[in-house]
Amino acid sequence: MPGKLKVKIVAGRHLPVMDRASDLTDAFVEVKFGNTTFKTDVYPKSLNPQWNSEWFKFEVDDEELQDEPLQITVLDHDTYSANDAIGKVYIDIDPLLYSEAATVISGWFPIYDTIHGIRGEINVVVKVDLFNDLNRFRQSSCGVKFFCTTSIPKCYRAVIIHGFVEELVVNEDPEYQWIDRIRTPRASNEARQRLISLMSGELQRKIGLKVLEMRGNAVVGYLQCFDLEGESGLVVRAIGTVCTLDKLSNTSAFLPACNSPSKEMKEIPFNEDPNPNTHSSGPSTPLKNQTYSFSPSKSYSRQSSSSDTDLSLTPKTGMGSGSAGKEGGPFKTLLRQQTQSALEQREFPFFTLTTFPPGFLVHVGGVVSARSVKLLDRIHNPDEPETRDAWWAEIRQEIKSHAKALGCHAVVGYSESTSICEEVCILSASGTAAVLNPRFLQDGTVEGCLEQRLSWQPGFFSIGSEKGEVDFFPQSQDSSSLLGIEEASPPGCGFCHIPYDELNMPFPAHLTYCYNCRKQKVPDVLFTTIDLPVEAIVIGKGCLIQARLCRLKKKAQAEANATSISNLLPFMEYEVHTQLMNKLKLRGMNALFGLRIQITVGENMLMGLASATGVYLAALPTPGGIQIAGKTPNDGTYEQHISHMQKKINDTIAKNKELYEINPPELPEEIIGSPIPEPRQRSRLLRSQSESSDEVTELDLSHGKKDAFVLEIDDTDAMEDVHSLLTDAPPPSGFYSCNTEIMPGISNWTPEIQMFTAVRVSRLGNINLTNQTLNKNFNDLCENLLKSLYFKLRSMVPCCLCHVNFTVALPEDELVQIAVTAVAITFDKNQTLQANKAPTEKSQQRASTDNEEQLQFPLELCPDPLASQPSLPAKEVLEGATSQTGIPAAQRATSIDYSSFADRCNSWIELIKLKAQTIRRGSIKTTASLDKTSPLAEGYLRHRSVPSCTNSTVSVVKMTPLSFLPGAKITKYLGIINMFFIRETTSLREEGGVSGFLHAFIAEVFAMVRAHVAALGGNAVVSYIMKQCVFMENPNKNQAQCLINVSGDAVIFVRESELEMLPVQPSTVVSQPTSSGGDVTT
Amino acid sequence: MTSDLDIFVGNTTLIDEEVYQLWLDGYTVSEAVSRRLRGGLLERSGTSVSVLQSDTRDHFRTFQMLERLLHSPPRLCQQLLFQIPPPRQAALIQGYYAFEPALARELLGKKLSKGTKKELDEVSARTGLSLRACRRQFDNFKRVFKAVEELKGPLAELIQQHFLLPPPLARDYAAIVFFANSRFETGKRRLQFLSFGDLAACAQHMMGHWTQGAMTPEAAEPDGDVPRSFLQDLKELKVLVSDKDLLDQHKSLVCSALRGKISVYNEMETNFKALSRALVNVGLKLPHPRDVRDFFVDLVEKVLDPCRSDHWSLGDLRLFLGSYTTAPRALGGFRHQLLWERYMAGISACLLRMYHE
Repeated sequence: MPGKLKVKIVAGRHLPVMDRASDLTDAFVEVKFGNTTFKTDVYPKSLNPQWNSEWFKFEVDDEELQDEPLQITVLDHDTYSANDAIGKVYIDIDPLLYSEAATVISGWFPIYDTIHGIRGEINVVVKVDLFNDLNRFRQSSCGVKFFCTTSIPKCYRAVIIHGFVEELVVNEDPEYQWIDRIRTPRASNEARQRLISLMSGELQRKIGLKVLEMRGNAVVGYLQCFDLEGESGLVVRAIGTVCTLDKLSNTSAFLPACNSPSKEMKEIPFNEDPNPNTHSSGPSTPLKNQTYSFSPSKSYSRQSSSSDTDLSLTPKTGMGSGSAGKEGGPFKTLLRQQTQSALEQREFPFFTLTTFPPGFLVHVGGVVSARSVKLLDRIHNPDEPETRDAWWAEIRQEIKSHAKALGCHAVVGYSESTSICEEVCILSASGTAAVLNPRFLQDGTVEGCLEQRLSWQPGFFSIGSEKGEVDFFPQSQDSSSLLGIEEASPPGCGFCHIPYDELNMPFPAHLTYCYNCRKQKVPDVLFTTIDLPVEAIVIGKGCLIQARLCRLKKKAQAEANATSISNLLPFMEYEVHTQLMNKLKLRGMNALFGLRIQITVGENMLMGLASATGVYLAALPTPGGIQIAGKTPNDGTYEQHISHMQKKINDTIAKNKELYEINPPELPEEIIGSPIPEPRQRSRLLRSQSESSDEVTELDLSHGKKDAFVLEIDDTDAMEDVHSLLTDAPPPSGFYSCNTEIMPGISNWTPEIQMFTAVRVSRLGNINLTNQTLNKNFNDLCENLLKSLYFKLRSMVPCCLCHVNFTVALPEDELVQIAVTAVAITFDKNQTLQANKAPTEKSQQRASTDNEEQLQFPLELCPDPLASQPSLPAKEVLEGATSQTGIPAAQRATSIDYSSFADRCNSWIELIKLKAQTIRRGSIKTTASLDKTSPLAEGYLRHRSVPSCTNSTVSVVKMTPLSFLPGAKITKYLGIINMFFIRETTSLREEGGVSGFLHAFIAEVFAMVRAHVAALGGNAVVSYIMKQCVFMENPNKNQAQCLINVSGDAVIFVRESELEMLPVQPSTVVSQPTSSGGDVTT
Repeated sequence: MTSDLDIFVGNTTLIDEEVYQLWLDGYTVSEAVSRRLRGGLLERSGTSVSVLQSDTRDHFRTFQMLERLLHSPPRLCQQLLFQIPPPRQAALIQGYYAFEPALARELLGKKLSKGTKKELDEVSARTGLSLRACRRQFDNFKRVFKAVEELKGPLAELIQQHFLLPPPLARDYAAIVFFANSRFETGKRRLQFLSFGDLAACAQHMMGHWTQGAMTPEAAEPDGDVPRSFLQDLKELKVLVSDKDLLDQHKSLVCSALRGKISVYNEMETNFKALSRALVNVGLKLPHPRDVRDFFVDLVEKVLDPCRSDHWSLGDLRLFLGSYTTAPRALGGFRHQLLWERYMAGISACLLRMYHE
C-alpha cells in the first residue's frame, strides 16, 4: 500500500455558459480516483472560477496507481435539477511513479466532453508520494520505464537488451453492452474511454512485471494497440523490447566535448550502476547484481481484489494470460549464458527497435512477415484471453521459423497489426530477420564490453584523429584516419552481408561480393523494416516508395468470407512486392528501409499499401533497368508503342538518378582482383533480359533470375501497371520524403519542424468497379494527398517529410480513408552543397548520418568480445560472428508458405536479391558533420520554471514522430503519453460537416497531448504516433463518431544553441525562468 | 472519386497570409480559389486546381474555427486548441480588426445598431467592399464599442488591452467609439472632403483635450463621452462674444500680436468678430445633444470656409488660433482662462487637421 496521490484543483477558465439566464456558470469539480471521490465547493456565477481547493488525498495501492487514471469532472451546479457535466480530464499519473520522470503534474488541461469537444480549461496540480517500501515491486511494476521510441533513448545507455515482451488484455466493449441501449451517448463514450484507460494501465503494469522478471528496467519501442472487435469485445495488446538502461548521468566522462558536470546524482535511477566507468580501460569488473535493488520475485501473480464496478476487467492474475510463464523461466537462465545460442533459445527473439547501437546488428537477412485470417468470436471469459494469445503465438512462431530459414536467429524492427471488418480479422506481423551481436543481450560481459569499446574504439576508427574522439565517423578528412576501416570489416557494409548459407539457400537468389569490402557476399536488393543503420554507406539521397493495390472481393459471411480473403492475400503480397521492386528500380536504388505493408480488409475489397524508403547502398550492386517486352512482336505500331514506353522508363530512371544524386563510382571490373562470379552472371549485367514475371502459380516473387526486370505487356492490365509506374510524380524541387527517421543524404537539419496529420475519406463511387479502376483511384488518392502536402508545406522548402506514415481504413462500402502523419523538417541547402564538394578525392561514398544518431550510442561502438585485445581488428569480430553462416551465395528469392484454410493462415518470406559487380579499391571517406553540442548539464530545467498556471503564457510544445528533435538535445524523458479519445456529434452539419468535425477533433487531440506534456514539465513529444483513427458517419442522421488513439514520449529538450551558452554553475542554471522551448510566450 | 472529407491539421497551425486576406475580404472558397489562380500560384508551385481547392477549403475552415477566438483576442493567446506563435497571433488579430477607412468613414457618427447593419449593402456598393467584409468590420466596431462601453479610463488604452491591437489601430477604434457615443453628424455633403483619418484625428484631439481621462488618469467616467461638467462650463465662455468690450479687447490683442506675421492680416481683421463668434458658439452648442450634431458642420461652414475663401494658409490659421487662444490671458474681466484654453486646444487641433487649403 505504498502511495499517496494528492490533487489540487486551482482554477478554471473560459468555461462554457451553462445558465442561459445569467450567461454564467456555477461550476464545481469532482475528483475521482478508483472508488474515492472528492468535490470542490461550487464557485458561483463565473466562467473563470478560482476554486483553490485543499489537497485531495487518495491513499492507494501502487497497483491501483498504475491501472487507474485520475478522473476530473467539471460540473455546473443546479439547485433544482441534476447537475450538468461540463467535461472531463483524464490524467495518467504513471509518469509520477518512477523517480527519473516528472515529479509533479501541474498545468492547464482542456476540459473535454465527448459530445462538445473542448470546453474551457482547468488548472490542476497532481503529486504522488510513494512510500519507501522495498517490497513494492512485488505487486506492481512501478519504476519500469516505458518508451515509445524505437531506439535507445537519447540520454540513456543500453546495458543489456533483453528482448521481446508482449501482453494483451481483453474485455467487453461497453458500446456493445445491453446497457448501452438505455444510456446516453455521452455516458457510453465515457465508459469506453475510462475502460480503455484502465485496460492500458493494467496492460502496462503487467508488461512491467514481465520486465522485472527478465531483470530489465525499461521497455523501449513500446507499441500498444487497440482492436475494436465490435460485438466480440475489445482487445488491448502491447509489444516492446525489454532493456536495462543506464542513465548517461555524466556524459562528460565519456564525451570529451562536454565538460559540464552533472549535478544529477540525486536522481540516480534506482538501479543505476553507482560507479560509472570512465576512460579507464583497466580490468573489467562484472556487473554486480546488487545494482538491481529490487528482488526479482516470481510470485507476481496476484489475486484480484475484486474491487469495483460492473466494468471489472480482464485477468486479475498476472500469469493468467500470455506466454509469460513460458518466457519467465528460460530468461532467468538465459541471462547467465553468454553464447549466441542463448538467443535462439528464447521463445521469441524479437526486437521492436528499428535503430540500434552500432555493432549490435551484424547481418540483415530480409523482411519476414506472416499474416493470418481469423474469425472473431465473442470472448466469453475475459479473464482468459487464450484464443487471442494463441493466435499471436502462432504468428510469432511463424515469423521465427521464417527468420531461421534465412539463417537468422533474431527478428528486428518487429511490429504487429490487425485489420478488422465485421467478424473477420487479419492479424499481421512483420520484421527483419537479422543476426545480432550477442554481447548486448546478456549481462556479465557488459562491463567488459564497455571497457573494450572505450579502449579499442579509438584505435579502430580514428588513427590520427584526436584521442578520445568518439564520433563514429571522424570529422577529420585526414585520410590516414580512415585506413583502419579498410583493414577491418567495414561497418558500412557488414549488415548487408548475407547471414544464410550460400549452399543451402531457402530460395533461389543472386549474390555478389560486397561492393564495399569485396570479402563477403551480398544480395542485389535488400528489403528491411528497420531504419537505415547509422553506419550504412549510402550514395545519394533516399525517397519514399509506395506500392498501392486494391482487390475486389465478394461480399460474404463468416467462413466463406475468411476463405476468400485468405485466397486473395498471397496475390496481393505478390503484387505489392512486384510494385515495390519496380518502383525501386525505377529510382535506380537497391534497398528499402522501414518497409511497412498494410493490408486492410473491407466489406467488398482488400487494400494493400506498402511504404518504404528507398536508398542506394554502396555495398550492394547497381540495380539493372526495367525492360518492357510485348507479346505480339509482329505488330509495328505496337512495337513502336513499346519502344516509346521503354524510352520513357529509361528516361525516368536517368532522371531519378539525377534527382536523388545517385552516382555510384563506375569502375571497370578488371580493377577487382577478387574472385568474380562466373561469366554468365557478368554477361547478364549487360544483356539484362529474362523470362516473364508472370508466375503467379508458383508465387515466386523473384521474377526469375535476371538483373533487369522485364515487364511483359500482354494485356491492358499490364499496360495500366506500367502506366501507373510512371505516374508517381517526384516531389517538387526542394522536397524530399521518407518514412524512416532520417533521410539519407541530408544531415544539416535546421530546427524548424512541422508535424501534421492529414486525413482524407473518398467515395469510390459507382458500383461497377474493376480492380483496375480501383487501383487507379487509390493511386490517385495517395498521389493527390502527397501533392497537397507538398503544396501546404511549400513555405518550408527546402525540407524533407520524414516518417511519412500512411494508414488506410475501409470504414464502409466504397469509402476509403487515408490518414497521414509525418513531420516536415527544414534543412540548410548551402551546407549540403559544401558537404557534397568536400569528399571528392578518395571516394564518392558518403555515410549520411544524423548528428543526433551519432551521439546516441557514443559508447556502444562495435564491442569486441575479446576485451583484453584492444588492437583486434574489427574485421575479425564480424567474421567471427558470421562464421557460422558459411560461404555466402548468390541468391534472391521469396517464397510463400501458404497454408490451408484449416488454420486460415498464410504467410510469406520476403527477401533479398543478389548480383555481382565490383568495388573500387581504396579507402572510404565518410563525412558526417560533427555534433558540436556538449551534452547538457542535467540540472538544467530540473526545476520547471514558471508553472504555466501562474501566468497566461501558453508554452510551445513540439510534436514529432521522430525520436529526436533537430538542433536540440533531449535532456529528460518524462514518461509515455498514451491517450484515447472519443468524439461524437449529433449536429454534424452545424459543426461544418465531416471535415469540420474531424478537423476540430484532431486539433483537440493535439491540444490535449500538448497540455499533458506541458503539465509534466516537458516541451516536446517525440516518437508521436496516431495508432488509430476510426471515423464513422451517418449523414442522414446528422451524426458522426470518431475514435483516436495516440502515443509518444514526453521529453524536455534544450536547443543546442542554448546549450552552448549554458552556464556551468548549476545555481544559475536552475533559476532559469523560462522553459527551454525558448520560443514560448505570448 | 470525390473526397468527402479532406483535412490537414498541423501541430503548429498553418496560416497562409494570402488566403487569410482573401477570407477577410469575404470571398467564398471558390472565389478565393479563382483569385489565387489568377495570382499565378499554379505556375509557380506546379500543382493542380484540386490541390488548390483543398488547400483553400482547409484554410477557410481553420479561419472559421479561429474566428470565435478572434472575437476575444486575449483568449486567442490563452487557448490551447491552436498552437500559433505569438507574432502570428498578433498578425491574425491585426488582420481581423483592420478595417477599410472608407467603410469606417461611412459609419462614423451612426448608431452601431441592427438598422445600420441592414444598410450595409448600400455601404458595400459604395465602397466596393464585399458585404461579408463590411459585416465583419461593422461587427468589430460594435464588439469593441460594447466591450468598452461600461469601462473607465483612457479609451485607446482600454481597447488595446482588451483586443491586443497595435496602438495606432486601437486609437482609430477609440475614435470610432467616440463618434458612436457623441453622434456628430459627418455624413453631410459639405463634410465629404473630410477623410476618416481627419475625423479620427479630431476625435483623438477632442478626447485628448476634453475628456476626463485627459485630466486625471483614474477618471470616473468612460472616455467615450466628453464630461458633462466640462460641457456645462462652456456656457461661461459666452461672455467673450456677448460682451462687446471683451470682444473688442480680444480683437485688438490678437491683431497686435499678429500684425506683420500673417499674410492675411486684413482679412483676419475684418472677419475677426465673425470668426470669434463662430468659434465660441460651437462650444456653446456642445451641451445641447440636439445641436451637438452640427459641430463639424459649424466648424466647416463658419470657420474653415471663410478662411479658405480668403486664401488663408495653414500657417496663418495656426498663428491665428495660437494668439486667439492665448490673448484672453491679458483680458482683465475674463476669469475662465483654464476652461478657455482647454476648449480651444481641442478646437484648434481639429481645425488645423480639417483645414485643407
